Amino acid sequence: MRKRLLLAGALMLCLLPLFAGGSQEQVSAQDGPIEIFWWHAMGGKLGEKVDAIAAGFNSSQAVYKLIPVNKGSYAETMTAGIAAFRSGTQPHIMQVFEVGTGSMMAAGKAIVPVYELMKRTGQAFNSADYLSTVTGYYTDPKGNMLSMPFNSSTPILYYNKEAFKAAGLDPERPPKTWAEVEAYSKKLVASGAVKAGFTTAWPSWLMIENFSAWHDTPIGTKSNGFEGKDAEFTINNPLVVRHHENLAQWQKEGLFRYGGRQGNADALFSSGEVGMIFNSSAGYAGAKASCDFEFGTGMLPYYDDVKGAPRNSIIGGASLWVMGGHSEGEYKGVAQFLAYLSSPEVQADWHQFTGYLPITYAAYDLSKKQGFYQKNPGTETALLQMTLNAPTANSKGLRFGNFVQIRDVFNSAQESIFSGEKSAQEGLDEAVRQGNALLRKFEADNT
Amino acid sequence: MVSKQIVFKQKLLPYLLILPEAVIILVFFFWPASQAVLQSFFREDPWGLSKQFVGIANYLTLFSDEGYLKVILTTLYLSSVVTVFSLLGGLVFAWLVFSLPKKHGSMYQTLVIWPYAVAPATAGVVWLFLFNPRVGIAALVLEYFNVDWNYVLNGSQALLLVSLAASWKRISYNFLFFLAGFMSIPRSLVESAVVDGAGRLMVFRKVILPLLNPVITFLLTMNLLYSVFDTFGTIHQLTQGGPNHATETLVYKVFSDGFLGLDLGGSSAQSVVIMTAVIIITVIQFKFTQRKVV
Repeated sequence: MRKRLLLAGALMLCLLPLFAGGSQEQVSAQDGPIEIFWWHAMGGKLGEKVDAIAAGFNSSQAVYKLIPVNKGSYAETMTAGIAAFRSGTQPHIMQVFEVGTGSMMAAGKAIVPVYELMKRTGQAFNSADYLSTVTGYYTDPKGNMLSMPFNSSTPILYYNKEAFKAAGLDPERPPKTWAEVEAYSKKLVASGAVKAGFTTAWPSWLMIENFSAWHDTPIGTKSNGFEGKDAEFTINNPLVVRHHENLAQWQKEGLFRYGGRQGNADALFSSGEVGMIFNSSAGYAGAKASCDFEFGTGMLPYYDDVKGAPRNSIIGGASLWVMGGHSEGEYKGVAQFLAYLSSPEVQADWHQFTGYLPITYAAYDLSKKQGFYQKNPGTETALLQMTLNAPTANSKGLRFGNFVQIRDVFNSAQESIFSGEKSAQEGLDEAVRQGNALLRKFEADNT
Repeated sequence: MVSKQIVFKQKLLPYLLILPEAVIILVFFFWPASQAVLQSFFREDPWGLSKQFVGIANYLTLFSDEGYLKVILTTLYLSSVVTVFSLLGGLVFAWLVFSLPKKHGSMYQTLVIWPYAVAPATAGVVWLFLFNPRVGIAALVLEYFNVDWNYVLNGSQALLLVSLAASWKRISYNFLFFLAGFMSIPRSLVESAVVDGAGRLMVFRKVILPLLNPVITFLLTMNLLYSVFDTFGTIHQLTQGGPNHATETLVYKVFSDGFLGLDLGGSSAQSVVIMTAVIIITVIQFKFTQRKVV
């Protein structure tokens, strides 16, 4: 009995992270360097790189000491940051994934916009130095940068060159259109080199969000939510429906194989079970390490009868948000660190090591100059695709509140379509209905 | 039987003795539970910058949501499957071990209890490796028999997998109680039944099972509560509630709406609903077992 009460009690406690403040001690040391906390979600090799960046910054000056703290997954980091803010122990810098952007922008005095921070602290800063397709995601309607892009990626096609050869396909020519993807998949499966033609990671990000931007089609009204919280989704449009009908059909025929949400489909490609995968450009290093075959990269395919396609792809990943409620002296250090992080050397190194995009033109140029793209063929695809055309209102990115839950709604709809439980139209209609309900809720909560 | 009443001489001592317990219950149950109840009547942005009293709107939203009904059904399905599987499994193993000579029995006893020591999340990982459509050994076997195994997309397969993984761990717990139950049955009863010409199955059905009744009642409630609450780790490891919410239980939804969706009011309302259900189940169980379980 008691045990059960405790269990229930513990559960209740779990539900209320709000009052359970972090025990982090933020002593404003008078004598030592001023400490700046950076909460991030980079584990493994990426986490080590983050530590290296912090060490680099700390040895470059003596006034501030940057302390990076890994807080688990993206969602966990964000929840921890929010709980910390409510108890007044928030870090200075918090890494937030792109789907959390809408919530962060509505955070009012909980955050300090980056452009404002730079102005207030007198740190030299020019937003034109940053790749516009990256910063477009993190600016307000007036073009002011609200957060500092850190790890941005965009999805590309990876294909198994050896399987292509076995199927009699040109290993240097990835498919350009969806018709070609279908034809290639048939050949690949027929040759017996693979079990299915292709799969996709991050189903909503790839097959709805990027798919629409790439075809210069909006996924919602109000410029994909950039121009107001009263936006509504339009992903039940004929183009997305047609694409999902095709995917469901291909799943049935064994040309497409659904591999789960997030990066779960990776294993299908690296194990050689499928010949092609659509995945984040940041998956390059991982693919290099886990595939024991040669692979190539290509841009996302498009339907060639759609006007305006291909346009440009949009980003995913995370950016750094500066939290409110700290002293001016500490903010000086934060600004200095963000400037250090944007320097061409640090950025180029981060980009080349991880496969994330360089966020400044200078870092891109530096990587070119260093011959990185020649030495590592396939690594430039993402950049070329991102910058293929100037972004339009449809391909600038998206800004919707509650997007963590909305992406779950989209993923669920896709799963019900791919499994044949619902037709593409039914599934996407339902996704629009539920998605709009979440948008309305966000609108009501944040007015 | 007349019980001897023990009277403390100091008036303060009994209160002091229950103080730690009371503090723990207050801090870890009453306080957070009251916060959850309070929170469930508000709509709030995650940062706590604006808070709005909405009455029972959170509850209305919850109960007008078809998805929530589906979650309740999933929870009921999962808990019945887990309870049946793990009770039957525990009973069979206990009977087999009990029938063995003591020398071998104790070895099997240890082996069967082992899985109980495995944390739910770890159990999830073990089953993940077994049944992963790519690399799992069990998945390979299924493929050999032409079963299209892909629980990432097939909801009923996902639910079955979660049920099996959750039951597996629970079998050990039930086994322990059943074995103890068997051992407490007087040998003489079994022997006299055998003398009367009852076969093994007859003895089991007519003598042992009725005597095990209190144990079964107790385990039924315990397993039910286990399958509602402790399956979280297994689900989190295996399916994260997917595909298309096929394995989302009440508790998992509280987590995903509250932690991932940052909808504090809505997830508080859900947890109040669960709390009410648990209180009802516990009261019923209490009424039952007060008389029957020793």
